[in-house]
Amino acid sequence: MTRKQQRMGMIVGGLALLAAAAGLILYSISDTLVFFYTPSEVVQNGVMPGTRFRLGGLVEKGSLVRDEGTRVHFTVTDTDKQIPVTYQGVLPDLFREGQGVVAEGKLNARGVFVADTVLAKHDAKYMPKEVADALKKKGVWKEGEKMSRSTTQ
Amino acid sequence: MIAEFGHFALTLALATALYQFVMPLFGAWKGDVAVMRSATWAAFAQCALIASAFAALTWCYVTSDFSVANVYENSHSAKPLLYQFAGVWGNHEGSMLLWVLILSVFGAAVALFGSNLPVTLKARVLAVQGSIGVAFLLFILLTSNPFLRLNPAPIEGRGLNPILQDPALAFHPPNLYCGYVGLSVAFSFAVAALIEGKVDAAWARWVRPWTLAAWMFLTIGISMGSWWAYYELGWGGFWFWDPVENASFMPWLVATALLHSSIVVERRNALKVWTVLLSIVAFSLSLIGTFLVRSGVLTSVHAFAVDPRRGIFILAILAVFIGGSLALYAWRAPSLQQGGLFAPISREGALVVNNLLLASAAAAVLIGTLYPLAIEAINGAKLSVGAPYFNMTFGPLMVPLLILVPAGPLLSWKRADAWAVAQRLWVAAVISLVIAVAVLAFVHRGPWLAPFGIALGVWLIVGTLTELVERIRLSRAPLALSWSRLIGMPRSSFGMTLAHLGLGVTVIGIVSVTAWRYESITVMKPGGTVDIAGINVKFLGEHPATGPNYTADAGSFAVKVGDRKITTLTSAKRTFVPSRQTTSEVAIHSFPTGDLYLVMGDKQPGNGRTVRMYFNPLAPFIWLGGILMFIGGGLSISDRRYRVGAPRPSRRPVAQAAE
Repeated sequence: MTRKQQRMGMIVGGLALLAAAAGLILYSISDTLVFFYTPSEVVQNGVMPGTRFRLGGLVEKGSLVRDEGTRVHFTVTDTDKQIPVTYQGVLPDLFREGQGVVAEGKLNARGVFVADTVLAKHDAKYMPKEVADALKKKGVWKEGEKMSRSTTQ
Repeated sequence: MIAEFGHFALTLALATALYQFVMPLFGAWKGDVAVMRSATWAAFAQCALIASAFAALTWCYVTSDFSVANVYENSHSAKPLLYQFAGVWGNHEGSMLLWVLILSVFGAAVALFGSNLPVTLKARVLAVQGSIGVAFLLFILLTSNPFLRLNPAPIEGRGLNPILQDPALAFHPPNLYCGYVGLSVAFSFAVAALIEGKVDAAWARWVRPWTLAAWMFLTIGISMGSWWAYYELGWGGFWFWDPVENASFMPWLVATALLHSSIVVERRNALKVWTVLLSIVAFSLSLIGTFLVRSGVLTSVHAFAVDPRRGIFILAILAVFIGGSLALYAWRAPSLQQGGLFAPISREGALVVNNLLLASAAAAVLIGTLYPLAIEAINGAKLSVGAPYFNMTFGPLMVPLLILVPAGPLLSWKRADAWAVAQRLWVAAVISLVIAVAVLAFVHRGPWLAPFGIALGVWLIVGTLTELVERIRLSRAPLALSWSRLIGMPRSSFGMTLAHLGLGVTVIGIVSVTAWRYESITVMKPGGTVDIAGINVKFLGEHPATGPNYTADAGSFAVKVGDRKITTLTSAKRTFVPSRQTTSEVAIHSFPTGDLYLVMGDKQPGNGRTVRMYFNPLAPFIWLGGILMFIGGGLSISDRRYRVGAPRPSRRPVAQAAE
């Protein structure tokens, strides 16, 4: 092999590797994106059961029910629409009724959101931006939040 | 008074930084040696002034001076002394002050240890450091002044966020910042070299210790952060692909690539243009990381700044430094002389592949981190890119890299014999495959890929040891000769061996926790028991407890294996006094085979508690590997050739040359 051929080989090899990496990125990103919806958006967009998404809003006051065992039920509201949520596991330290929450999971056939991850916010200095924006739109946002999370995955 | 003194010192530091930025460049342009030399003193002065400002803020914290707004917002007089210190950087303003302090310490260190640098290069490096100082001091003074007063002064502070009150987290930000900011030195050297139009082996040798130091701090900082998340956040994971974690991980990946490519510059005088680019990119990613964390644009556990003005200011700093340095690069890089031809199969070739893979991995992480921001900016849709994306892209890019790691140091420079290397590594390959098959045969849980992940870790360890054995000719030469070769090895070779071993150890830890963790979530009443992974855990009951600034419900759990009593674990729910915020204290017991991880959750009707338990097989390996990499970096940095003043041409025997 001449030097020129060698160099070409290296360049082609390098480019092939980069192309493979780029392909991998494009393929994965379209497959693993998770959208964020408020309860109103879930109703409006008619999100299909089985689609994975993040649900954000406030935990409705008085909606938290604990089953025998470790399953919990609560309702997420944006003061307009409500979505019932069920979660198996330990809720994060900051989970409270009347406070903001982000849950990740899927709707089941009966329209109940089955969450496998729950993120809660509280009244420190920071809150999930999605929830803040969504609640701001509804005019129920309060200053500054921080979050903690809990997952069964 | 003390706060005003701090503010004044900071303003003076800005003036000094301005001098350090402008005058040495002017001196280098005019060829005025005295002006160039004055950069050294400017660097010392800037460091002393910022240190005074930092000391002033620390004083305000330790004396609980709540007339200072920053102290009021982030401290409390009942807080333990350690966290009064750590509180200084547990908030936006203080952490930025720490950032510039570390920057100026690195600048002063270059001034101090750079006596063997050519006078123009040293002046230009310090000038670039000075320019970074100017930007960030302006940022602090204009948008994030920690010395603002409150009138009237409140009686009591609001307290530090309880989840930040932890020893590992107290020292996690300083470590990480040392890593971030340490990369500024490589950046300054790269920009100075572009101005000079000269990159050679000596340049690489000067930059390398600084890159190594930054890399070590990043390694230990990331490990500590991950360890903290593991035992403090209470959901049993060690890495979440959280944007803030990514912010520190991307510079680490690129710094790792830079460490490897600078070897090629040093030994073979090749890959110069690429190495300069990596130096620029590494620090640019540090700046992007600072922006992501400090501007509060992200949805994340760590982001604690909520002021868009700051975001825009940092964005401007980003644009100037990244854009400016890349423009300079585009203009000047073609004038750098290329040298050192090599065949595709050679040590250089392997290091190029290493660099391509690491850079692609960093790009994948960057895209996954910024994608949600870009989409939201474009059409307002809110989405998140979660762990699945990162696992799908990062994993496949790392596997070929990890397979190549043991082969790299066995390849000779310039042109290598792949077959000869394969022959040396076949023992390691067989051992790894045997282990994969054994794991496949005996462990019937978890994904089928996991045994191969373990095999990969074993391959890294055995392959790296093979290289060591080859190097000292163990079993081929008399033992005494091998021994003398072993102790005669340069420290940087030991460093490489240790770092690669650490990588293998971490891989094994990550794979086994991810694939074979046991989990149990149950309601336990006092006297109740749960069996997990052959361990018997009995809930003994709970009792109230108090700490300096919290009250707690502490649950006790007796741990037994068979009939043997192992220990009693205590997990608590703490409620902090100033904020009424609660945290869960995780209880962990490390067995040789892994960690028993226990968190007591909410109260249940009838005296019960939700209790979450994990058994994380080989979990400590993850951080043990990080420590090994850190020590490896330390050994490399102490290598003789970085302390010897005069740069030597690389005329060593080929088989000796390695990092």
